[in-house]
This record gives sequence, structure tokens and C-alpha cells, in this order.
Amino acid sequence: MTRYRCPGCGYVYDEARGDAHQGFAPGTTWAQIPASWPCPDCAVHDKADFTPVDDGEARGARPR
Amino acid sequence: MSDRAVVAGAGQEPYIDRKRWAWALSPIWLCLPLMGIGLAQATGVGAWNWLTLVVWYVALPLADLAIGSDSNNPPESEVPRLERESYYRILTYLTVPVHYAILILAAWYVATQPMGVASFLGVTLSVGLISGLAINTGHELGHKKTALERHLAKIVLAVVGYGHFFVEHNRGHHRDVATPEDPASARLGENIYAFALRELPGACRRAWRSEAERLARRGNRAWSLDNEVLQPLVITIPLYAAMVWVFGPIMLVFLPLQAAFGWWQLTSANFIEHYGLLRQRVADGRYERVRPEHSWNTNHIATNVILFHLQRHSDHHANPTRRYQSLRNFDGLPALPCGYPAMFALSYLPWGWRRVMDHRVLAWARGDLAKINVDPRLSAKRRARYAALAAEPARP
Repeated sequence: MTRYRCPGCGYVYDEARGDAHQGFAPGTTWAQIPASWPCPDCAVHDKADFTPVDDGEARGARPR
Repeated sequence: MSDRAVVAGAGQEPYIDRKRWAWALSPIWLCLPLMGIGLAQATGVGAWNWLTLVVWYVALPLADLAIGSDSNNPPESEVPRLERESYYRILTYLTVPVHYAILILAAWYVATQPMGVASFLGVTLSVGLISGLAINTGHELGHKKTALERHLAKIVLAVVGYGHFFVEHNRGHHRDVATPEDPASARLGENIYAFALRELPGACRRAWRSEAERLARRGNRAWSLDNEVLQPLVITIPLYAAMVWVFGPIMLVFLPLQAAFGWWQLTSANFIEHYGLLRQRVADGRYERVRPEHSWNTNHIATNVILFHLQRHSDHHANPTRRYQSLRNFDGLPALPCGYPAMFALSYLPWGWRRVMDHRVLAWARGDLAKINVDPRLSAKRRARYAALAAEPARP
């Protein structure tokens, strides 16, 4: 399971946790995320811009 | 560009937010309609009911002229501290109940006190203008990542019956800004009235589509309380219905009129914020990333304080989750000559607007019409005029 970070606002998509608000169940892999999906926090960047995060660095999706 | 700003802020004295205490005026100045009502009552002069409109369209532009601009930026090293300070957040939270209080107190006043049509109109439009600022507060709150701020955004947008803005703005306008696809980005040659007819329904449709798509992924129905377009209506509809019940049929005029004038303030802002500016398509067919150059900016102090720095719009679009106190100016941005209230008033006179703004758009695009978001509905004659204008050497 990998995490992917928005290079602009720092939002992190965590494959293990998914993003319930966005409708991605835990375990939804990055490959399953639609190509046109924009960052849910800033919408400045979309999927293609996200970069993988090294393990132990990111804390997961935004507080809810 | 942002790197330059960082370097400019480095190695200097500790940063002081010169607007720090002025931001505290935000929740106070929203009470202007009540001050106008008070003065009208005390003096017996009904014209005081128009105070808010005169302050907005006349006094604030003069204050901008008198006080001037401020290109001050917080150094990046200070931003985390600035963003954590609860002082700045509390001010946005405080405006939320103030918006409800203004609406209800002014409604009570028009429903119970004898007054002529002119005074009624003055109070209603004054409240509408403040309701427009509820959208501004909802805008600042809706961009934040905390659940509390996102809830408050929906609650304050409900005052003016424009709850779909929460979805539409963040996931629609910010994604499509400065492209022909965006109903909330104005095109060169478009006047504000034609723009409003494209923007108002376009924004509703885009909000609904985007929310329906999200709900489908979650396995929810679009017509459910999970729908963030519908959630604010759960406040607006009972609130407005209760006001009609308590204050009587006059509310059937007061409520729609103030809401419409509130929406009109947003339409005015959307019209001026990206007029003519266009993002180019890049090799993979996507639009280039939003940069500060894709929004008109202005650093006027008085109006920026009133609007939670909304006018530092260039940095806002490039970095939408940045809090208002951290928004920066950059060198070489497309700049409006005045603050928003004066530019709003100018936009209501399409001829005057084009005279002030069109050559600025052409200068921004270095005379290349292909790099501008041009209204496709323009007549051949108007197009030829723009082509001739583009061929002229740039004005200073």
C-alpha cells in the first residue's frame, strides 16, 4: 500500500485508508483512481501530478 | 515566481502583519445596515437606510485611494506560525452568527416599522450586500481542511441561500478557472449581464454534476442528505419559511431581493477576477497548472481588510488552501487598478469596463488574441476591433 501526495497543498491519498468522503473505500489502489480526479483539497493539481510518499513520513488523509 | 517572493522575505526583521488588528473590523463592519437603520431612526432621515451601499460603492473606493496599497508578504518561514494562530480563525468564525443576526434584525425592522418604498429598498439591498459578504466568509472557510471550518462554510452560505457554492467553487471553479469551460471566469468582450446569465445556471449545474459523481462513487443517491449541495438548504428553507411566518408577507419581497443582491455581489466578483485570462493547453491535452498570473490581483488595503484578502486572488488560486493572513503579492501580476467595490461599479457600465480593462488583458497576453479567453459570441466587427487593438503598441 502506498501513499500519494498533492505537491501543492499536501493532501495525501493513502491506499490503505482510501478516502470515504471521496467515495474511495479502504484498499482502493492508486491505479483505480480516475485519471481526471483532482486533488479534493485544492483542485490545482490532479492525479498525474501526485507523487508517492516514502513510508513513515505522511500521516494520512485530512482530519474529518 | 514564488521562490523570488521567499528570497525577498528572507534575512529581514521579524515579520509583523501590519493588517493584524485591522482584520478585527471584519465582523464589526458587517453591522453597517444596523448602523444605517439606527441613524435613520434617530434623525428621521430615511436616506440613512442606504448607508451600506454608499459606504461600499463610494466610501471604500475613496478609502482605497487615501490609504493605498500594501505589497507586504509574510516570509515563508513565518507562514506555519501565522496559519496556526487562532486569532485569525476566530474572526472568520465570529462573522457567521453576525450574518444571521443582521438578516433577522433587519427583517424584523422592515416588517414592524412604518417606512416608504425607498427606505425598504435601502435596507433590503444593504442586507443583500452583507449577504454577499456571507459568501466571502463561506469562501474563506470552505477552502480550509478542518471539519469545523467546512461545516461553518455551509452554515454561513445558507444565510444567503447559496449553499451549492461550497461544492461548485472548490471542485468546479478552482479546477476550470481561466478556461472557456468555466462559467465563473469572464471572457474578453463579455459584459457582466450576459456573464451572469451564463454563470448563475452554469455554477448550479456544475455543482450538482460534481456532487452526483462523488455520491455515485460512494454508492449514495444524489437526492439524499449526504449531498453537500442540498445540506445548506436544510437550514435556508426552514429559516426563510420561519421568517415569512413570523414577519409576514413582506418577507416574500425582502428575502428573495436580499438573496439576489447577495448573489449579484458574487457574480460581480467572479466577473472581474479572471476577465479575459486564459490557461494554455499543454502537450498532454490538459490545461497548464493554475499560476498566479491567471487571476487579477489587487493589494488595496481598505478593501482587502473588508474581504479577508480575497483581492490577493492570484496567490489564492495558485494556493487555495492558504489562509487569508498568509496570502502573498508577487511581482508582475495582472493588477486591477482599484479594489473590488470600485471595479464592481465599473463593470455595471460595460463600455467603461472595456475601456479600462481590455487593453490590460491585451497587454497581459502581449497582444496575442490566441492567448486570451475571448467571448466566442462576439460579432465579426468586435473581433476585428480587438485584432486592431492587439496590433497597437502596448499602453503604459
